[in-house]
Amino acid sequence: MNHSAQPLETPEAVDGREPVIEVRDLVSHYGERRILDGVDLQVRRGEILVIMGGSGSGKSTLLHHLLGLKRPSAGSIRLLGSELEDLSKKQLYALRRRMGVAFQGGALFSSMSLRENVALPLRQHTRLDEETIRIMTRMKLEMVNLGGFEDLRPAELSGGMLKRAGLARSLIMDPELLFFDEPSAGLDPVVSAELDELILRLREALSMTIVVVTHELESAFGIADRILVLDQGRVLVTGTVEQVRNTDNARVQDLLNRRPRNEPVDAEAYLRRLTGMRD
Amino acid sequence: MFRAIERLGDRTLYFIELWGQMGLFLFTTLASLLRPPYQLHPILKQIHFIGARSTLVILVAGVFTGMVVALQFYDTLVRFGSVAMLGSAVALALIRELGPVLSALVVIGRAGSAICAEIGIMRNDEQIDALECMAIDPYKYLIAPRILGGLIAVPALTMIFIVVGIFGGWFVGVVLFGVSEAAYFHGMYDTVVWHDVWMGVVKSFVFGLIIVWVATVRGFFLHLDRSGVFGAEGVSRTTTNAVVFSTIGVLVSDYLISAVML
Amino acid sequence: MKRLNMEFGVGLFLLLGLAAFFYLAIRMGDVGLLRQDGYTVTARFISSSGLKEGAMVELAGVRVGKVQRIVLDPERYESVVNLAIEPGVRITEDTIASVRTAGIIGDKFIKLTPGGMDIYLADGDELLDTESSLDIEELVSKYIFEGGDTPQSD
Repeated sequence: MNHSAQPLETPEAVDGREPVIEVRDLVSHYGERRILDGVDLQVRRGEILVIMGGSGSGKSTLLHHLLGLKRPSAGSIRLLGSELEDLSKKQLYALRRRMGVAFQGGALFSSMSLRENVALPLRQHTRLDEETIRIMTRMKLEMVNLGGFEDLRPAELSGGMLKRAGLARSLIMDPELLFFDEPSAGLDPVVSAELDELILRLREALSMTIVVVTHELESAFGIADRILVLDQGRVLVTGTVEQVRNTDNARVQDLLNRRPRNEPVDAEAYLRRLTGMRD
Repeated sequence: MFRAIERLGDRTLYFIELWGQMGLFLFTTLASLLRPPYQLHPILKQIHFIGARSTLVILVAGVFTGMVVALQFYDTLVRFGSVAMLGSAVALALIRELGPVLSALVVIGRAGSAICAEIGIMRNDEQIDALECMAIDPYKYLIAPRILGGLIAVPALTMIFIVVGIFGGWFVGVVLFGVSEAAYFHGMYDTVVWHDVWMGVVKSFVFGLIIVWVATVRGFFLHLDRSGVFGAEGVSRTTTNAVVFSTIGVLVSDYLISAVML
Repeated sequence: MKRLNMEFGVGLFLLLGLAAFFYLAIRMGDVGLLRQDGYTVTARFISSSGLKEGAMVELAGVRVGKVQRIVLDPERYESVVNLAIEPGVRITEDTIASVRTAGIIGDKFIKLTPGGMDIYLADGDELLDTESSLDIEELVSKYIFEGGDTPQSD
């Protein structure tokens, strides 16, 4: 296919790779409260996009929308060429088989061994024989340095191991698109760096498109091709690591330099937000 | 005054929403059963958890319930000189009311609360989201086996409870108080008819459904709870709610079924 | 091994449950899995008040069958009772069927009083002589009120 002949919708797509995710003007509410307020975002095949923001920035909500777990109030999300809003449950499930999600705490099932957890998608979606499942499970676990831990239960693993096991499970169906929620949260710097290393290796080896959601600067700058900074439901800036580092947006600089928010806190408004009342 | 009306309206809306949520939840679960894959093993696992592991408690509860019922009836009947009706009285009480209701209460305490907490923790820990993202329908994978397990296990437990209770009553009536064994059993066989047994069966199915339905739906929608309390505290609150709600559900539906079927 | 244990437990549990259910259904509910090849005869009553399906049918104090079905004849406003009689028990055509009570507050049952004919009923035949339930309240009020009414009977 000749990409350069296609009409390009945004200047960002200029380098010719097809967009895997396209979000336009996404608005989201939780009850009365507006969480996302017109978010635009594009991810192209083979790139690593890091969605960065502090707590309450709306990054988790954005992830939930990308996974089709939450319906937007307005706006559109295109994932791997399909409009999420138009999909039936069956089509959505078919789409999800092409993507993997590694959750913050691993989200492993405590009643199953590590092997059974990782093998679960294979057992549910394929008719592979036991031996093949064993081999594939072992391969993925070794890929995340958990070879030999197959028979342990999630309760016997540390936080970092749980995250890696969750990653192994998300990779078991060889997805084109991988989402990783907070890979470094709650980990010590060494383990966190190992995980970043792993993400980069995965992209190299399996040529996946990866979306990482994090609040850790260190990790974000280490792995990202592009970074999107989210604050209070809006996109502050999108761009390469360099562009984000050198932006003159004051809020972004505050975030980068870990300066506290300098706006005066309006106690009244905060209280209203907490109680979920309209102002 | 205005506030009171507003509160009333708010609560009404909340209850309508709650019932809608519960109805849709059950419908989605039942619909998911029609789609492959059809797996037997998860259902067996739930029967094991809800039923097999409650058998001992049910045996003990059944024996003592039968014994105390026989004791009470004996004391009453002996005043009318109708001790020969002891068997019938014990059997009817157990089959129509005590068996189904007490078994249901035992299951709520043992399994209902555990199921609610388990599903709630899975919701909290993003395990349900993870299932969705792995293209595994959580309704089919998590909820349906539990509901089917409850529908099979609770009636089985109830039947065991009743039979054990009848023999508990036999022990008190025949062995301790010397009622004739023939009078105890034959009175029972002649009085109790299929309709009575059927009522017990219907009740136990309905109770089984209510218990697991309430437990799973409360846990599953933990994150939508309007108290907005999540985490460990949310799980414990929701579990308490589920136990209260399903106990009331069992007792109210017990009355309704009795009223319709008697 | 663990999985085998679980399946064994479930199997045992379900067997117990089924056994309990069949005990209740067959011994108490008289569900005819062990269908006897008896026969049924019909009896009509002005009132079968208090009689239930499954009640005993007695002849000379011996149990010879049970009440199978009770329905209303909507035209004659009578109660039509089907009696399932055990095989080997022959009932003469002039047998009287009456609804009786065991004790004062006991269960209602059907008492059969055989006559002297040597024609026997076959499956589906009808008993012609019947006595309805005796209602204690009715009996009592009859004695009280009819006692004062005697002049009218002239």
